[in-house]
Amino acid sequence: MANVIRRQTPAARLFRGLLYGVLILAALFYILPLVVMLMTSVKPLSEISAGSLLSFPQNPTLAPWTKAWGEACTGMRCDGVGGYFWNSFAIVIPAVLISTTIGALNGYALTKWRFKGSELVFALMLFGCFIPFQVVLLPMAQTLGWLGISSSRAGLILVHVVFGIAFTTLFFRNFYVGIPNELVSAAKLDGAGFFRIFWRILLPVSAPIIVVSVIWQFTQIWNDFLFGVAFSAHNTQPVTVALNNLVNTSTGVREYNVDMAAAMIAALPTLVVYVLAGKYFVRGLTAGSVKG
Amino acid sequence: MRDSLPMKNTSATPLEAGAKRSTPSGGLQAWLPRLVLAPSVAISLFFVYGFMLWTFVLSLTSSRMLPSYDFVGFGQYSRLMANERWWVASTNLMIFGVLFVVICLVIGSLLAILLDQKIRQEGALRTIYLYPMALSFIVTGVVWKWLLNPQLGIQAMVQSWGFESFRFDWITDPDMAIYTLVIAAVWQASGFVMALFLAGLRGIDDSIVKAAQLDGASLPRIYWRVVMPCLRPVVFSAVMILAHIAIKSFDLVVALTGGGPGYATDLPATFMYAHAFTRAQIGLGSASAMLMLGGVLAILIPYLYSELRSRKHG
Amino acid sequence: MSTFKKTTLALALAGAALASTAQANEVEVLHWWTSGGEARAANVLKELMEAEGYGWQDFAVAGGGGETAMTVLKSRAMSGNPPSAAQIKGPEIQEWGELGLLGDLNGVADAEGWDELLPDVVADIMRYDGQYVAVPVNVHRVNWLWANPEVLEAAGVEMPTTLDELFEAGEAIREAGFVPLAHGGQAWQDATVFESVLLGGQGSEFYQQALVELDPEALGGEQMIDALEDFKRTRELMDEGMPGRDWNIATAMVIDGVAGFQLMGDWAKGEFTAAGLTAGEDYLCAAAPGTEDAFTFNIDSLAMFRVTDDEELEAQQALARLVLEPTFQEAFNLAKGSIPARPDLDMSEFDSCAQQSLADFQRTAEEGGLVPSMAHGMAVRADVQGAIFDVVTNYFNDADMPAEEAAERMVSAAEAASF
Repeated sequence: MANVIRRQTPAARLFRGLLYGVLILAALFYILPLVVMLMTSVKPLSEISAGSLLSFPQNPTLAPWTKAWGEACTGMRCDGVGGYFWNSFAIVIPAVLISTTIGALNGYALTKWRFKGSELVFALMLFGCFIPFQVVLLPMAQTLGWLGISSSRAGLILVHVVFGIAFTTLFFRNFYVGIPNELVSAAKLDGAGFFRIFWRILLPVSAPIIVVSVIWQFTQIWNDFLFGVAFSAHNTQPVTVALNNLVNTSTGVREYNVDMAAAMIAALPTLVVYVLAGKYFVRGLTAGSVKG
Repeated sequence: MRDSLPMKNTSATPLEAGAKRSTPSGGLQAWLPRLVLAPSVAISLFFVYGFMLWTFVLSLTSSRMLPSYDFVGFGQYSRLMANERWWVASTNLMIFGVLFVVICLVIGSLLAILLDQKIRQEGALRTIYLYPMALSFIVTGVVWKWLLNPQLGIQAMVQSWGFESFRFDWITDPDMAIYTLVIAAVWQASGFVMALFLAGLRGIDDSIVKAAQLDGASLPRIYWRVVMPCLRPVVFSAVMILAHIAIKSFDLVVALTGGGPGYATDLPATFMYAHAFTRAQIGLGSASAMLMLGGVLAILIPYLYSELRSRKHG
Repeated sequence: MSTFKKTTLALALAGAALASTAQANEVEVLHWWTSGGEARAANVLKELMEAEGYGWQDFAVAGGGGETAMTVLKSRAMSGNPPSAAQIKGPEIQEWGELGLLGDLNGVADAEGWDELLPDVVADIMRYDGQYVAVPVNVHRVNWLWANPEVLEAAGVEMPTTLDELFEAGEAIREAGFVPLAHGGQAWQDATVFESVLLGGQGSEFYQQALVELDPEALGGEQMIDALEDFKRTRELMDEGMPGRDWNIATAMVIDGVAGFQLMGDWAKGEFTAAGLTAGEDYLCAAAPGTEDAFTFNIDSLAMFRVTDDEELEAQQALARLVLEPTFQEAFNLAKGSIPARPDLDMSEFDSCAQQSLADFQRTAEEGGLVPSMAHGMAVRADVQGAIFDVVTNYFNDADMPAEEAAERMVSAAEAASF
């Protein structure tokens, strides 16, 4: 849409000014909470109770951040949320890799190797997106118990993979539908098999949707609380559980600055991913149209 | 026009449906796709449908703290129907769900259209609109709870600017509190919808728009008549994602209002949780889960059907 | 802090070497003692265990009076590996016992003489089917009124002894520019105020009939309507920002001299203590107005799960024994604000409020007036409690609902919940 003809009348200029105005106002709305969080996380406690939410920090300090990372009390232990950070990575990375791979293969199989009922299969798998996690908590607990992996990292990874497959399949399937079938049928005529075609033809052009899928899954799994608290043991708890404990562990005075710092720390990886890879994200969603 | 978003749902005609080459591995090749899909299908069957079935079975029992198999027919459902709080929760889901989806779609599409006008700082603005999606709903709830607190947040700030009679205490008002949920949820998700629409807009062929312009149509009219209809697949994807967020909304309610004041902002997901776990009423909780899922499917299945069917063109 | 770090390191190493559930001479303890004073208090127990050579795997799950922790516990039970011990209290102990998941503590009980030591009302809760399955950690009194003496002085009022005096004092305090009653608008806090107001206005016998025995006539009758109306009136004493506020923030309002009173259980005292204040001087405590002859109790306890590993069993028994020993009882209760579960403890270290509490506990145990707290899960099952919460909190927040309607709903709440 960017290359349409535009008129340069005064009315158009006014319109443009209004355009920027609206966009900036919207930007303020979106960025306000983040600004509040950041400002609060560097204020000493005295300023928080004295000032208002949006007052600028007079004596900014990084003490709340160091405390949140290494010293704040999350229950009986007082070593901050730092350690839990690595727990989260240990859960997220395998889960994202596995669910993305499975989703890619599924999407590929559903679109390039259609068989009777493949659409139905897709529709059936799609419903997995809508199950609220509370509903499956107890049956999942029982299943993990039967498999002998409850309260273990492997169990939690399994849970996240299971409920991520619906989404990753959706993403890849929609992407691969847009890839011309001629490419695949030509390869089939040449005698190439299922995996070879995937590896040689589809995977190389899948970068955009892989990015979309990875970002989505990373965010969902990193931010999960319910499964994390129910299925982890005390030494495999993800950072969301630690954050919840920290925020609810107050010694008389609620240390809002440490709470905010801890929330920011917990949110940092996903924020970084969105800020850095955001443009690839949009590119991934657009990519279908940029063809030859 | 090539409508080839990765998020759309076209049904391209299958050229190779059931194609069996007469190669030695032809038989295996035909089965490989099914084999590859089989684990995921099995997982779906077990973990999604199996669990739903198990929940249904439990809703017919008198299970309290942990599951028991003492069947009581539809007794739990009649208890549910007589439960005042359940009706509040269901109505809330309607209000919240509809407002959330509609407002996100409107804001998302508007922002995308505005951003598409060759804006200089597009990248930065886009990041600003998009980043809230990176945060967990707990963080969103906590921050907005603060902002909406009459004593500490926006109301206090505006009052300190001199507008003594400014009020923004929805969060303490049982009738208005549900709208605070909408505000926080829209803040979180509308940027993502914007990204979807932006991608969709970028995928539209310029020639069609140029042709319309040459015919003398004004820009707004072009958007309304030509562009938006092309974005139907995007709307579909957006609605699916937004609907899934609305149904699963649990963390946000817990963090922002705790279901309060009273239980004015209760949603079926929090209702189910409170009863199944805190109140040791798994039977009743399961019944509420079934109704919640049923309601959701009742709305989504027709929508899915209509969208997947109407992909005959382009 | 170094003890923490050492123990964390030890735990991390242990965790790396072993599987995630407790093994060897260790117990895994699920609890939600996460606020400052509580966490310090629980840490005493951990150190006592370690001093005897046992390990303590801490499984703290914060939030909402244990809601999340209980969910996690159920999930663990479903998967077949419950922790060694969990913070479960009241009738819920019986429910777990019914499921056959709790372990037998009679060995420890006999050796330590629990039957003679504990008052009957406490021991009954700890037993299922004649066996001890849980060990009491403390006894909380819920019907307390806390006050800031400076605020009272500025307003020219005394500690109220009846509900009417409370309302009068409240008006004076409001005029002096303070918030009369600090409160947090959460369901359990609303219910806490409600039960104290009901107790103060209608007496402990009515309390027993209505909130413990769930007698429909009591629940729907005139006395209940009066109690509900009194309860609604307390809203006039509160400030606008109270919805959703946490209980300890409300206590902080009293500590800071922003508010005059708070109706809260004695865990509020932990906050006063943590702020370095002295009972009787910097803050005042008294029975909630009208309830001098009543004691609403809330007993925290650790329930032990059935374990098969011998070493874990041994550690569990050591845990149970240590909980009731004077060392832990004194340390924990001093920090938490409650009174010891064992009445024979030397109370000289405890402040005036605690000593008063113990005296009242023993008196009401003999003369009557000792009632279980409904708001804190001691009187009725969780589902009934939840249904009553719904009625109470909804009524409290609905300006238009008349007390008669709320009373009717109480009756149906009690009926519908029992299945």
